Amino acid sequence: MHIPTRRALAAGAVALIAAMPAGAQAPGNGEATPVPAAVLRVEPERPRLPLSRLDLPPEDLGFAGARLATEDNRTTGTFLGQDFTLEEVSTSPDEAVATLEELTASGIQFVVTMADADTLLELSDAVADEDVILFNATAPDDRLRGEDCRANVFHTIPSRAMFADALAQFLMVKRWDRWFLVEGSHEADTALADAYRRAAEKFGANIVESRVFEDTGGARRTDAGHVQVQAQMPVFTQRAPEHHVLVAADESEVFGSYLPYHTWDPRPVAGSAGLRPTTWHPAHEAWAGMQMQSRFDRLAERPMRPEDFNVWVALRSIGEAATRTNSTDFASLRDYMLGDEFQLGAFKGVAVSYRQWDNQLRQPILLAHDNMVVSVSPQDQYVHQFSPLDSLGVDEPETTCSF
Amino acid sequence: MQLLKNIPRERNVMNRLLATTAAALAASAVAAVAQTVYVSNERGNSITIIDHESGEVVEEVPVGQRPRGINLSSDGKTLYILASDDNRVEVMDTETRQVTHHLPSGPDPELGILSPDDKILYVANEDDNLVTAIDVENRSIIAEIPVGIEPEGMGITSDGKTVVNTSETTNMAHFIDTETYEIYANILVDQRPRFAEFTADDSLLYVSAEIGGTVKVIDPSVPEVLHTITFEIPGVPQEAIQPVGVRVTEDGSKVYVALGPSNRVALVNGETWEVEEYFLVGQRVWQLAFTPDEKFLYTTNGISNDVSVIDVENNEVVRSIPVGEQPWGVQIGDH
Repeated sequence: MHIPTRRALAAGAVALIAAMPAGAQAPGNGEATPVPAAVLRVEPERPRLPLSRLDLPPEDLGFAGARLATEDNRTTGTFLGQDFTLEEVSTSPDEAVATLEELTASGIQFVVTMADADTLLELSDAVADEDVILFNATAPDDRLRGEDCRANVFHTIPSRAMFADALAQFLMVKRWDRWFLVEGSHEADTALADAYRRAAEKFGANIVESRVFEDTGGARRTDAGHVQVQAQMPVFTQRAPEHHVLVAADESEVFGSYLPYHTWDPRPVAGSAGLRPTTWHPAHEAWAGMQMQSRFDRLAERPMRPEDFNVWVALRSIGEAATRTNSTDFASLRDYMLGDEFQLGAFKGVAVSYRQWDNQLRQPILLAHDNMVVSVSPQDQYVHQFSPLDSLGVDEPETTCSF
Repeated sequence: MQLLKNIPRERNVMNRLLATTAAALAASAVAAVAQTVYVSNERGNSITIIDHESGEVVEEVPVGQRPRGINLSSDGKTLYILASDDNRVEVMDTETRQVTHHLPSGPDPELGILSPDDKILYVANEDDNLVTAIDVENRSIIAEIPVGIEPEGMGITSDGKTVVNTSETTNMAHFIDTETYEIYANILVDQRPRFAEFTADDSLLYVSAEIGGTVKVIDPSVPEVLHTITFEIPGVPQEAIQPVGVRVTEDGSKVYVALGPSNRVALVNGETWEVEEYFLVGQRVWQLAFTPDEKFLYTTNGISNDVSVIDVENNEVVRSIPVGEQPWGVQIGDH
């Protein structure tokens, strides 16, 4: 009896196509039809550095998630005579459109983008007349799901409204309904703070006060820099009305991480620091998350980041559509992903799927602190006439998106 | 070992509270052979042994790390325990209740199934996309079969010629020829298939899908899907209905499906495939096992740390018994 060694397994799996006798799902012929996809990472001119060096982005951020998804798709594809290929491309904002056009010219119709909202809109408009779908893996802007929505853009990263609602539900279940909102001074911070204001109104929290922490610029990291900013925090948070929790809206990462243990009042911090809403966390083990973590750790030799998950779930959506439709045809795959039948297991306890009114992936959102997942929203206490997942973010009756 | 022995004693106090029911059950049961229930406790790293007649926990035996699937030999004398985090199968002599030796299993064994002659144990290696065939006498691996991603559910025909494995991320049932150890057919099922159960006459195969919320009824001779069983429980969100363990009575007439966090077990008619009843059991119900006389069905309730007992004839939940931490697998023998 031949026992394949572990190293030989990848090759062994591919060999299955040829070895497999005709069966229910055996391919009609020996040739696997490829579904090509790409990840387009648009590197900002001045990358936003995290406050903690532990959060520095790895070089393969997002790409590693794409490799795992492609591997997952290929394993399943071997049983169906389908193959999946992946291009990993890194580009600048100026070159982004040209790079995308090169990819689509080479026959790639599914592109996962890691870009900001403005760049994404340029990319979307550049291929609006082609059979191309973009998956937005990194831009949380609500306008991309609202007034600036595009029919050719799917979103696997939740919107700011979804993130804010996920945290709000948990805080309300805890009866921590008096929030002290501290927001950064950049546009993205204001947008995130607006999402928390919307969430407070939606779920009945009381924002006792909002304060803006002005970014005065300067280097991210100096020998004494963090000491200086941290030292400002107690005074900055002084004399707030009585509150249960400080909610930080600091998407630009200027001050949020400095807040825990430096607030004037002894209160927990949530939002951009402390308890954070996220699509993925390396400590997430439930719902077979452990298997996903160990497959990823083995492949990338580092813990899985939310960006990797957002890219993974985009490419797995394509794989799942190809499996279910037994097709690699663009229109079939797109229609299936947007149809009522589509559901994908994503290690979050319930199936994820796309909202037809704005192409947003509906999914549970993890609430985590440094080393542990604390809870997962939607909370059981919040019900919805269609899916509890739609209690997060902008629901169909309120959407301003029209394709 | 010594420390753990105190645990059952405490539980016995709780069990005494249920003594009335237990006495009634004992009286109704034919006092012939003792039926013994084995429950693996995924987090407790132990096997809880229950005497079915009295409903008492006899002993909680410490075993390897993260025991999930367990399989009992047909004579009831040997229990195979898949210790997932120790990457091995532990073999327990059920008379002495001691683990006597280990079998190599490949990484992260989750669920297994014994060949009808008890000679080969097939296990799903969840972390490695493999099904491993283990010769339990020679204590050696005789084949590794590459399957889809996250293999879990394992079923076998009564002649032992076909093993069916389900893979949770690939979402297929793979049909494996046990002579060639090759996959000869694949059937797509719904999201996250967890369990595969043949009827005793091999005419049907039931495959549960946890995230899909369905059970597929498959004609294994073709193979093709004949029907999709769906579930609806008033007042329970659809997302909470997550089918896992499936057991079919010998005559094929009754199909029981554990429905995970909905805390229900469904009774499905084996001919019409209509759901006839939902039983409220403990929290997050995983796996099921009949007593050998098929009069009772045990359910492992992963979150409430207990097992529920369903009276098959009278269609009611008659008892719950506290076990170890996070019960997962269950097997019952005449011994």
